[in-house]
Amino acid sequence: MTMKCEELLKMLNEYVDGTVDPAICEEFEKHMAGCNPCQVVVDNIRKTITLYRNGQPCAMPISFREKLHQSVREKWRQLHPTAEK
Amino acid sequence: MSLHVAMIAEVTEAELVRAAKAGDLTAFEELATRHERQIYSLAYRILQNPHDAEDVTQQAFLSAVENLARFREESSFATWLYRIATFAALKVIRKRKGLDTVSLEEATEPREDYDSIPHPEYIADWKQSPEQLVERNETQRLLDDALAKLDEKHRLVFVLRDVEGLSVTETAEALGLTESNVKMRLLRARLQLREELTRTLGDPATRIVRGHHHH
Repeated sequence: MTMKCEELLKMLNEYVDGTVDPAICEEFEKHMAGCNPCQVVVDNIRKTITLYRNGQPCAMPISFREKLHQSVREKWRQLHPTAEK
Repeated sequence: MSLHVAMIAEVTEAELVRAAKAGDLTAFEELATRHERQIYSLAYRILQNPHDAEDVTQQAFLSAVENLARFREESSFATWLYRIATFAALKVIRKRKGLDTVSLEEATEPREDYDSIPHPEYIADWKQSPEQLVERNETQRLLDDALAKLDEKHRLVFVLRDVEGLSVTETAEALGLTESNVKMRLLRARLQLREELTRTLGDPATRIVRGHHHH
């Protein structure tokens, strides 16, 4: 009995993260070889994760950056009263 | 010990940490400059609100100033800072829900199980590779919009696991969830984001329309 699409879906995380049991991995790949939709879905998922992993940080308002550094300096001086200014 | 401002961009993180621990404010500010955008982004992606993201970023850096002496340098400074910021962001989430210490496990809601996972609907090859896509300005917007559409419980898991790169175990610990629950939410998040992104990035010419029959 070969793996069904639904069963593949349940294993998707483990397969994509490379943590799937080798025996199941073999079945997974056997299913994929004969199932184009599942191949494309797995490829889409991998690309989705890659895009988010390599995403750019959000833009941080410059006014907030100044405020942040100001509050860091104040806190620092409270804790290090003798430190250089 | 004081680091010269002109050279500071070339100083390693570990050296900056040592200088900051010895009382050098300039070194600490350089550490803040290097990591502030990443920390703000983490907070923004978790909280989906610029005001809360600013609060959490500020709290995280002030807490880093206070606890710097206790940072044992067993992890990188960035990792340490991420942990502080994640903790602060999750505290905001709990507060929003009116919970103090209770975990984010929601006992009252219907249990999600693998039988109710939505099937992929829009299945098509993407027109461009991730390498090409990251070069485009509109991609980040698309990613952020898709992330914003997720349910909070799915988004939190995805942000920690796939954006920030925590392990399943670390994500479970941070959120007070079981590992199996993390995996389930992660699967839903990944599938929903795949669906959203493929509707925009997929090549309609390669779209596969599946019948009701599954083999």
